[in-house]
Amino acid sequence: MTNVLTPVLSDNWDADRPWTRESYERSGGYQALDTALRMQPDEIVALVKESGLRGRGGAGFATGMKWGFIPKDNPNPKYLVVNADESEPGTCKDIPLMMASPHTLVEGVVISSYAIGAHTAFIYVRGEVLHVIRRLRAAVQEAYAAGHLGKNIHGTGYDLDVIVHAGAGAYICGEETALLDSLEGRRGQPRLRPPFPAVAGLYASPTVINNVESIATVPSIVRNGAEWFGSMGTEKSKGMTLYSLSGHVTRPGQYEAPLGITLRELLDLAGGVRNGHKLKFWTPGGSSTPLLTDEHLDVPLDYEGVGAAGSMLGTKALQIFDETTCVVRAVLRWTEFYKHESCGKCTPCREGTWWLVQVLARLEKGQGSEEDLDQLLDQCDNILGRSFCALADGAVSPIDSSLKFFRDEYVEHLRQGGCPFDPMASTLFSPVGATA
Amino acid sequence: MITDETKAELREIAARYPQPRSGLLPMLHLVQSAEGRVTAEGIEACAEILGITAAEVSGVATFYTMYKRRPMGDYHVGVCTNTLCAVMGGDVIFERLKEHLGVGNDETTEDGKITLEHVECNAACDYAPVVMVNWEFMDNQTPESATRLVDDLRAGSEVRSTRGPRICTWREAERVLAGFDDGLADEGPAAGPATLVGLEIARENGWKAPEGGQQ
Ligand SMILES: Cc1cc2nc3c(=O)[nH]c(=O)nc-3n(C[C@H](O)[C@H](O)[C@H](O)COP(=O)(O)O)c2cc1C
Ligand code: SF4
Ligand code: FES
Repeated sequence: MTNVLTPVLSDNWDADRPWTRESYERSGGYQALDTALRMQPDEIVALVKESGLRGRGGAGFATGMKWGFIPKDNPNPKYLVVNADESEPGTCKDIPLMMASPHTLVEGVVISSYAIGAHTAFIYVRGEVLHVIRRLRAAVQEAYAAGHLGKNIHGTGYDLDVIVHAGAGAYICGEETALLDSLEGRRGQPRLRPPFPAVAGLYASPTVINNVESIATVPSIVRNGAEWFGSMGTEKSKGMTLYSLSGHVTRPGQYEAPLGITLRELLDLAGGVRNGHKLKFWTPGGSSTPLLTDEHLDVPLDYEGVGAAGSMLGTKALQIFDETTCVVRAVLRWTEFYKHESCGKCTPCREGTWWLVQVLARLEKGQGSEEDLDQLLDQCDNILGRSFCALADGAVSPIDSSLKFFRDEYVEHLRQGGCPFDPMASTLFSPVGATA
Repeated sequence: MITDETKAELREIAARYPQPRSGLLPMLHLVQSAEGRVTAEGIEACAEILGITAAEVSGVATFYTMYKRRPMGDYHVGVCTNTLCAVMGGDVIFERLKEHLGVGNDETTEDGKITLEHVECNAACDYAPVVMVNWEFMDNQTPESATRLVDDLRAGSEVRSTRGPRICTWREAERVLAGFDDGLADEGPAAGPATLVGLEIARENGWKAPEGGQQ
């Protein structure tokens, strides 16, 4: 029998009060920390390298390799910073993880900090999730009280402090160098690289920045081994991960599966696209990853598979839209988001996203001509790869990809002098089976 | 007014960090809790404690959307209108609430109870359409449930988050963001239904991750 789903991170979420230390320890929590503290820090780095764990924040960079970049001879303190900013549209995996089982992250933070030689770690959480912040703080306090944090952890002489830090509303602070500026009490604007954070990060000191899910995965690797981790997933994309289905599906939610599962398989589990409707377009990993269509149902959802299909695995935020959705409206709304969230540091992004909104808003109203579509692509060309950070690259993804697959729909807006869709039909309040 | 007690708490926040300026974001949350918004006096107090200029603090305060320059209502009602929620009904909910409350975006009702705003994706897309009240989740909303919600808030009835505790006021929420506990961490469920959907399917089918090797 194949295990289509492989709950590891989510395995204790249905336990009694899983956010408490008592519950977490009952399901084996903090045993991996004991194991880790008996290892040499370098051995843990080697183990994580060997496991093949790749960062779950979007880019898929090898976690163990990132840790290996921390210079040993640098006299400054070293820091671990957990990126819990989760703001990429569609992305909704780290927040439920921290809500249900914050200790999984805390245990990962202690092990990872020990591995890189850090004595202070930060969890930078977006501010707009009050209860998650409460749960994280409570978990950190419980961990101190139990000797999993603080001085002389588990009697080994290792010390670690963890600070839970609430952000204040800015998507760009998820970008790792902007996050560091924000954590230093500044406007969250990306920094020039090099120097990379591993050399000069927080307070110009060696810093590792990892996504919540990446760090939360570390205890399971320490507990079960690199081979175990690699027994799930594909050759270059190893392990299990959280896929988040949202939108026009029967059962939206979190599905923890080996990397490489397909959307067809996930939709099967989720009861398919909502009753009476069919798949039109979807994002594999948030709004910054180019749209895919029903042609791509069998693409393996790993880094290589989605890349070969012309998109990116990103955050594995599978936003599903059925045939009632106007793609121009969807793309305009995302573009407004990028315009609003552009930090303003560089001109192509600051000015470019503003212009993109102008052109798209006109197109959505059915104004303009087909030449505007080419102008739109031209504008995208002037932004992509010419901006300071990846926010701007993400901003052009929905536009580029929607024009590739749905150019006709843009033209239809122009032909009809307006949007051919009934916006009520795409809502959950419309009668089942209603069509546009 | 920024009291001596608030100043002491602002100092306490700065002292949590290896470098005090790192405390600025939570300090501004505390200012909002004390003052109902970011005030000139609050900015001065932060600047003085951190030894930076008021202009520097102001530059930070204006960068982040959670910091408000106008007086806020007791309840911040944020309707997600990012693409996914918008398409699933967030736009309709937002329009309905504007009409029902007689306010526009980022405006407060005359009774000072509710400030309405449309917000970006709040990492709850599997519960779309989503409304946030003082940054607590109100999942799976409809125009009807959302109007009932704001009516209840205005009437002062107890309202509970679908994935969280009973709703406190915006100022109380800002205090939690500043790092001062309110003891509510144990309220509310571990997860909503969508969070658990994959796990339940795995349990029904007896699907598990492979057995561990080490240990
Ligand atoms: C605009 C922008 C927003 C981002 N937002 C997040 C985020 O919310 N959470 C996250 O983990 N990574 C985010 N990232 C990616 C981070 O820059 C970084 O690659 C990641 O935190 C590294 O962790 P990982 O290697 O564990 O994936 C964002 C990147 C960009 C360009
Ligand atoms: S690309 Fe946009 S978000 Fe990134 S630095 Fe430039 S202006 Fe800021
Ligand atoms: S789009 Fe509304 S919560 Fe994500």
